[in-house]
Formats: sequence, structure tokens, C-alpha cells
Amino acid sequence: MKANAEVTIKTEKKTVTAVLSGEIDHHSAPPIRQAIDEAVIVFEPEELVLDFGLVSFMDSSGIGLVMGRYRLLEDMKCKLSVINLSSHAFKVMKLAGLDKIANLTKGGDSYEGKK
Amino acid sequence: MKVKNEMKLQLKSRSVNEGYARMAVSAFACELDPNVEELNDIKTAVSEAVTNCIVHAYNNELGTIYITVKLLENSTVEIKIRDRGCGIEDVKQAMTPLFTTLGGDRSGLGFSVMESFSDSLKVTSKKGKGTTVTIVKRIKGKASF
Ligand SMILES: Nc1ncnc2c1ncn2[C@@H]1O[C@H](COP(=O)(O)OP(=O)(O)O)[C@@H](O)[C@H]1O
Ligand SMILES: [Mg+2]
Repeated sequence: MKANAEVTIKTEKKTVTAVLSGEIDHHSAPPIRQAIDEAVIVFEPEELVLDFGLVSFMDSSGIGLVMGRYRLLEDMKCKLSVINLSSHAFKVMKLAGLDKIANLTKGGDSYEGKK
Repeated sequence: MKVKNEMKLQLKSRSVNEGYARMAVSAFACELDPNVEELNDIKTAVSEAVTNCIVHAYNNELGTIYITVKLLENSTVEIKIRDRGCGIEDVKQAMTPLFTTLGGDRSGLGFSVMESFSDSLKVTSKKGKGTTVTIVKRIKGKASF
């Protein structure tokens, strides 16, 4: 069964950007996590950007995804930014206090407009 | 309170069903005309409860998840999600933010999410018998804008 979420990894200079799309839950998160971790380990970036602009749903598995990457980056002197959050995803991450460990920014017209 | 509409749904505890469960429940709740935020709250709470059945109750073995959704006359949706899995020894401890019995990328915030995205959350459980999670959400709908 194809997962209902995907990730595209882009690298530029010392930044790795992971563009996530679809629905992030316990079913879809593992391959995304693996792809991001592989890129981080290979490129050793100074910043990891998680782009949530195309994410249409997220539960606490998204919190786990961000927290897990934060732990990986802690020993690597790498900054973590989470961008283009929908108001829903922002609400979930805020609840978890992720704004204290990563740079969180909302997207302009997130998925609510596209539905 | 009188029940206006009711749905029963039975799913195998396969992770692919997390998406189907939250979609089916949120689609059914649409009769109450929820706004986008309320719909997302419902989807998220259902996703948490169903995921818990899969990863904790049945510990990745195959079991059945029983979902009952009631739409009440006072514009309230009541969602019951039940498993016949391992049960929870100490419900209060399980509901503490950040408490998890699984490591990895489990955040231990599933119950916190269910609690803050609903109007009431009730968890009853019996060790070795299973767990029932009841989520109640009042739908204010477009009027709340
Ligand atoms: N349906 C269930 N059956 C058995 N144990 C459960 C169930 N739901 C939750 N739990 C227990 O409660 C804990 C907290 O759940 P939750 O807040 O969703 O966090 P997480 O799923 O990230 O561990 C779980 O780690 C598990 O021990
Ligand atoms: Mg959980």
C-alpha cells in the first residue's frame, strides 16, 4: 500500500530542505523520517528545513517527526526550521512546545484555501 | 440528549486504516456543518485514538477496532473508539503529557492532543480486556467565525 504522504529532499549549499506533502500520521511517517535522516547524515548541513506547505493533515506523529529530527541534529550543530505550517499543524506543534526547540513559521495561504 | 444519526464502523488494526477512520468519521460529522478547524480537530483526535489501538492495544498484531459515532440533537458529536487489546494499567499516568511506553518517534502526546481538540475525553480501560476512548465535541460551525 502506497503511503499517503511523500517527501522531496533538496540540498543547497549547507541547507537540506525536506518538502513534505500529504497526510502525516503513524502510517506514513516512517519512510519520511528515514529519507530525511539519510540526507542529514550524508550532507551534514548547517540547517534542516522541514517544509509543511503541502501537508494536508497531521497528528502527533508530526510532533514525533520534528522532535526526533531535533534530537538527531542536537549533536550536529545544525539548526532546525519548520516552515509553511497550516494553522492546524501550527496548533498541534505549539501544543507540544515545539516552538521552543525549532523555528516555526506559518504559511501564507496554507491548505485550508486549497481544500 | 436525542441521537439524530449514528454510524458504526469496524476496522482491522492495520495502520493504513488510520486515514480511512478519520476520513469516515469526519465525513459523517459533516451533517452538523462543522467549520474547517472543527473538522481538523475531529480528524486529529480520531487519528490519535485509532493509532493507539494499533500500536499499543494490539501491539502491531491484528485485532479489531470498533468505532461508534453519534450525532446528537444539540449539535454535538460523540465518538467512541474501542479495542479488545492489552488495556491500560494506570489510565491517569497514561494520560500524562509526554508519557509513553514506546520509544522512537512516539511523542507521548496523543491523549493531550485528544483532550485539547475536544470538549471532553473519557478513557476507560481494563488490563487484558481493552480500552474505550470517548471523545465529545460540540460543533459551533460556521457561526463561530
Ligand atoms: N488503546 C490503548 N491500549 C493500550 N495502551 C494504550 C492505549 N492508548 C494509549 N495507551 C498507553 O498510553 C500511553 C500514552 O498514549 P499517547 O498519549 O497516545 O502517547 P503515545 O501513543 O505517543 O505513546 C501509550 O504509550 C500507551 O502505553
Ligand atoms: Mg498515541
